This record gives sequence, structure tokens and C-alpha cells, in this order.
Amino acid sequence: MALPPNPAFTAPHVNDPMVPQPYRIAGRREENYDTFTLELVPLGDEEPHGFRPGQFNMLYLFGIGEVPISISGDPARPELLAHTVRALGTVTTAMKELKVGDVVGLRGPYGSSWPFEALQRQDVIIVAGGIGLAPLRPLIHHLLSERRRYGRLVLLYGARTPGDLLFQKQLAKWDEKTALEVHLTVDRGTVAWRGNVGVVTTLIPRVQFDVSHASAVICGPEIMMRYSALELEKRGMARDQIYVSQERNMKCAVGFCGHCQFGPHFVCKDGPVFPFSLVAPLMKVREV
Amino acid sequence: MALQTLEVSELGEILAALAQRGYRLLAPTIRDGAIVYDEIDSHQDLPIGWTDEQEAGSYRLLRREDEAVFGYVVGPHSWKRYLHPPALTLWRAERSEEQGFTINEERAEADKVAFIGVRACELHAIGIQDRVFLQGEHVDSHYRARRENAFVLAVNCSQAGGTCFCVSMNTGPKVNEGFDLSLTEVLVENRHFFTVEVGSDLGAEVLDEVASREATAAECQEADRSVQNAVEQMGRSLDTEGLKELLYDNLEHPRWLEVADRCLTCGNCTMVCPTCFCTTVEDVTDLGGESAERRRLWDSCFTTEFSYLHVRPRVTISLPLTLSPGGSVRSSSASRYRQWLTHKFGTWFDQFGTSGCVGCGRCITWCPVGIDVVEELNAIRHTPGSGASERGE
Amino acid sequence: MVTRDLSRSLAQHAFFRGMDEKHLVFLAGCAKNVLFDQGTFIFREGEKAGVFYLLRYGQVALEVHGPRKGQIRFQSLHEDDVLGWSWLFPPYTWHFDARALSLVRAFAFDGVCVREKCDADHELGYQLMSRFAEVMVGRLQAARLQCLDLYGAPA
Repeated sequence: MALPPNPAFTAPHVNDPMVPQPYRIAGRREENYDTFTLELVPLGDEEPHGFRPGQFNMLYLFGIGEVPISISGDPARPELLAHTVRALGTVTTAMKELKVGDVVGLRGPYGSSWPFEALQRQDVIIVAGGIGLAPLRPLIHHLLSERRRYGRLVLLYGARTPGDLLFQKQLAKWDEKTALEVHLTVDRGTVAWRGNVGVVTTLIPRVQFDVSHASAVICGPEIMMRYSALELEKRGMARDQIYVSQERNMKCAVGFCGHCQFGPHFVCKDGPVFPFSLVAPLMKVREV
Repeated sequence: MALQTLEVSELGEILAALAQRGYRLLAPTIRDGAIVYDEIDSHQDLPIGWTDEQEAGSYRLLRREDEAVFGYVVGPHSWKRYLHPPALTLWRAERSEEQGFTINEERAEADKVAFIGVRACELHAIGIQDRVFLQGEHVDSHYRARRENAFVLAVNCSQAGGTCFCVSMNTGPKVNEGFDLSLTEVLVENRHFFTVEVGSDLGAEVLDEVASREATAAECQEADRSVQNAVEQMGRSLDTEGLKELLYDNLEHPRWLEVADRCLTCGNCTMVCPTCFCTTVEDVTDLGGESAERRRLWDSCFTTEFSYLHVRPRVTISLPLTLSPGGSVRSSSASRYRQWLTHKFGTWFDQFGTSGCVGCGRCITWCPVGIDVVEELNAIRHTPGSGASERGE
Repeated sequence: MVTRDLSRSLAQHAFFRGMDEKHLVFLAGCAKNVLFDQGTFIFREGEKAGVFYLLRYGQVALEVHGPRKGQIRFQSLHEDDVLGWSWLFPPYTWHFDARALSLVRAFAFDGVCVREKCDADHELGYQLMSRFAEVMVGRLQAARLQCLDLYGAPA
């Protein structure tokens, strides 16, 4: 049966969307005891793919498997694609052994991005939990690159312990040298820790912003995002001023495998970034 | 082109003409006590003179009193096993010195195949999978290659099965588009013939190769009556009015817990469903670790692995009790049944613009405990609101 | 009129927002301004708890210590926060250590004095207790989330 032509299919460079391209590891940094950052460059002479803050790539480790990993680097430097990985499952644990010069497969970038256009002229409250800072870092880079377009920029970042906090040097530098206010907090402080102790939600009542011109972006585990949004709502923020990044099991990243469904949404292509107003009702239902 | 008539003895000629053109003939045939789809050599391999008797959780073959060629409905197989196969190698990779590894894409090519005896519900199911694999931002090249190389010889149902409800889903029993040739089998008073409708240029070419003639008005009437017979026999009927909203409003309905007591979460319904498209991938290597490949396999939302998320080990500060194990988003069978049914009859509309159900009844027949989607949906409809959840806003 | 000046300062504190002036004046009789140098303990586990603080400036950490665990900071308090509620009920002993992480300015309230005033004026008692209850509910909710090891799962 003849089929009507599909422009996406006949476009050049669109091969099977399931086939990864080889990328070489150009840099590697330990972030903490179980988290590391890999900087990837294409192996061939192809132009680097640009990406939008909040998008992710599928990274393939030869013979082991493939995982979705958020892009954590500067969107102005797509030639060096940073991915911050926490060793949790088989693939990410095996990725811990990767060295500079090794090759991984990459497909992407996929998914929706943080709505930085909608954030213009707004105070932006960035709430991150644990490794949830990684997909927010490209947004912070972007906001700082055109700083004057935005109002007050505040990062509220929580982690288990001071040792779990990612990108600490960069956060300190941003706090000192740019107009990004950084507030860190941990669940358990050590003697050396002089900062906040308590969950990240406890920072929200103390932040200053103009609620009539403010938006919030949240990334972290779902419970943390729900309670952070609740605190922001207590401050008068509407649900459509809040954006969250969802996580679900994912195999294909292109809407074929069905794994990442969240109600009517495919997290891979409709997300991972959603307006909270869209997903809040579903978040209240267990096991969706 | 007006309807043509084909004597029953001429069906073999159509199949031969397709084979002559290089098509592998895939058709209903009897195997292991069921009518399945497989490659046949000639029309002799069709289940001539057989029928099936279907009810919730039950399927059996019976001899017919006549020699009808298509006198049965759909079995456990559907055409998705050819268009979207249960296992498919997506690509292979070889370790290489300078590059780490190189990936060799599997060429998306497919044999020419002729699907013989495609029912209206199945054509709609193919149309639904087309939306998933061909009409989004990304295209599944394997599906497309298979789809393009398939000749569709459709058949209008002249009888309905015990679990059929295509009339409710508006997907049958008569085919209306998406075929190359479509047959209606008529068996009346010593006459046994087919009327043939042409659906494409290719279909017309193939039909030209056999000695068909224009159908008489009487023959057309008999064909219509035959299809009407199926309409009247529909085993089940489903009220589809506002089904999506009904499901969205009842994500916390107590019926989910009730059906979960019966559901074995075996996933049979997802395997036999002609529209279920979910897959997983499997990365394998040879023993020496020199070559690897990625395989795509049918998966089911009834498994706990389907929604698994990796969990970081807890530190010492933690609540002593967890009510359900972490990891899987849908750890209860109630949530997995809800996911399947709500997807099929509800969220599918938002995702792809149609229902995900074509009313073929396979999930009812092949459920080992006889769970009936029609009954489940009716149960929710008749006691709505008891656990209504917040919507929209 | 030292008490009246103090009551005006108290009215500025978030904890007393909306409180009647007469109650503030009444309470000011139990209050004084205090100052803690960075690193000093404001109170220690097991000591008599005869006071509570409304923080005006600086940061305070609540800590507990033990073998193997070392010293654990489980909460930090700031400007506008309330510090201490062990003065409310017997046996009036502090449960944890509180340490000034910076220079800390606060109002200190004498527990016995406040309890007596609340006994004498139940309207004041109700106003004060409902403020404490709100703080406690907030702390309990936050503590529950903290127990969940929220960031354990990947984002």
C-alpha cells in the first residue's frame, strides 16, 4: 500500500532515529563520590548539534546499554557537550570507568526545554535538588549570558550533605561575580558546613521576589518538586508560573517505546520540562 | 471502478498473481488449534470450512457446515507482527581500534508481502500504528519499509465473533480505506462468490490479471446483506460517549482495585492487541566482547520493569517504613491495569487523535481470566465519581 | 519606658505580626535584647530551658553529636525564626545544642515570666500558642521531608 511522503523521513541526515553517533570523551571531572561529568565531542567532522537548556541526550556504552542523560553544559558551547552522570544503574555505573579518549554513542538532543523566552523580565527562582541541578545549569548559563533581560535570579539548591552539592566552585563564583543569588542547603551539615541546614523547601519562604513578575523552574525528585511548588504557591505564585522537569523510564526518546508515558504526556517528547499547571493534577494521583 | 465479482475458485488466481509479482503470501492458517497469520503457499492453506467460537477467556475452532474461506474472525495474531515485529535488530556495532566502535545500521528494507484477509478492525489498527511510527516528528524507518512493501487484500466480515465490538468503535465490519483489494464473501443457495472492491492502482492491476467481471445488482445486494449480518451479530457493544473524560475523571475509581484482584498482569492483552506498540531494547554482545547489537522487543506496560527508575540507596536518616518498593513507578497491578485501559481508551486521543482500541475483542478472548474491557468500562461508567480526581485546571 | 520601646521593636518581628499592642507591652516585660558571638553555644542539650529566642540577625545551627556520627547539623535558623520551645513544658530541658554560626542578635524571653502571663491572660496565651503551633507544624512538615532523603532518587 503506497504511503504519502513524510517530510521528516526524506530530510537529509535523518537516519534511523535509534542509531547513535560516535562521540569522544574530551574531558572528565569528578563532581562527588558517585557523580561525574563527561564532555563529549563528535568523532566525525560533523557540526556539533546545538541544544536548548533542559534537553537530554541518549548515551550508549558499547555492549552495555543506553541511558537518557541531561545536558549540563553551556548552550553557547555546544561543541563540548557536558553530561553529568550519577552512577546508579548498570549503564551509569559502567560509565564511571570511562576515560578521556574513550568513545560513547550519542543520540539527541531530545525533549522540551526550560521556557527562557517566557522568563524574560521576570524574577526567576531556580529550585534544584541533588543531581537536579545538572539540567538547570545550561539554563543558568543562558540566563547569565543575557543577564539584563531578567529580573532577580535566585538559585535554591538542596542536597543530602555538603559533599553531595554539585558544581560548588562554579556556584561560589556565580554568587560572587554575577547577579545570581545562590542559597545552598543540606539535610545534614558537618562541622565545617556554615550554610543552611534543612530541606530546600524551607528556603522558599525567605526568598525575595516580585510575585507579579516571577517564575520558578524546579528540577529534582518528584516529591521535592511537588513540595517546592506548594511553597511557591503559598507565596502567591500561580501554577502556570512554575515549570518542572519530569522523569520516567525511557528506552527510545522519540515516542516509539511507550515507557515514559505520564498520563497523556510522553516525557521524552512532550517533556521533560512541563508547566506545573499541566502536570500537577497527575502528580497527585499515585502510580501514574 | 464498479464492484467486481470473482468466483470462489478464482481466489487462488489472485493469490497466484500476487506470488508471481514476488509477494510472500501471509494469511490466516490453522496452527496449534488457532487461526494464526503465517506464510502460505496457496489458497489451499487457508482455513476453508473452519470457524472460531470466542468468549471472554475462551477460543475454540469448529468445523463449519459450508466451505467458507473467511468464515471466522480474528485470532491471537495481528498484522503488527509483520509491520512492527516482536523482535528486531536495530543495529550492530563492532569494536574498533581507533574509534572505540563503529555502528552498522541495519538497512530498513523489507520483503514484498501480501496480507491476505485483513479485516476492517485490523486496517484501522494499522492506521493507528501509522500515526505512532510514521506521522510524528520521528519516523520508524523499519516500520515504514515494511508498510510500503505490504499489499493489503482486505476482507469484509460477514459474521462477527463473540467478543467483537467494531461497530461500537466505528471500525467495521466493512473496510472503507487503506486497502489494495477488498473482498466480500457471499455464500447463498448453492452460490459461493466474492465481490471485489478496488482500493488502489496496484489492486486494479492485480485484479486485471484474473478473470473478474462486473458484479450484478443482485450480487451487490447479497454482499451488503452479508456485511449487515456481521453488524447484527456483534458480540458486544460499548458506549464510547465521553470515554476519555470518564477515564480521566476516574483515575482513583475503586474498580481498579477490584479488577486488579483478577488481573494476573500477564500482558497477554498487550501482546494480542493490534495497536499496542510499546517496546524495550536489549543490548547484547558476543562472548569476546568484539561485537554488540541492539534489539528491539515488544514490551508490556503490565511488567514492573516497564516503569522502573533507578533508586539511590538510602542514607541513615530515613523513615523506617516504605509502603511499596521504590523503583517501579507502577508497582501495583491496579496502577498497571489502569495505565493500559486509560491509555487505550483515553490518553490515546490526546496523544494521537484517535482511540487506541478498534474493538477486535482479542484482549477479551485471550485474557486467561476473562477480563472484559467492555465490562470494566461499563462498571466505571455506571458508578462514576466515587473517586474522581482533579482535572485540567 | 524601656518596656514600651522594646514592645515597639517586638512588633517589627515576623513572629508577632498582627499581635495586639497591649499583649506586646505585656510580653515586653519578660523580654530583653541579647547578643551571641560567632561559635558560642546559645544552649546545650540537657541544660535547663528557661528561655526562648526570636532571632533578629545572624544564623544559628541546631546540632546533635555522638560517637561515630560526630556532630550533625540538622537545622539552621535565621532572622525572623523562633529558637527554642523546651521552655513550654516540663521538664524544661533543652533537647539539642544550638550554636551561633555568626554574630547573633535576638530577643530573649524568660519562660517562667511568659508562662505566668499566659496563665493570667488566656487571650494572650491563645495568641502566643497559635503562633508557636504554626511554627511547630512548619518545622514538623519540613522535618518529615528531610527524613525522606528527598534527593536520593535521581532527578
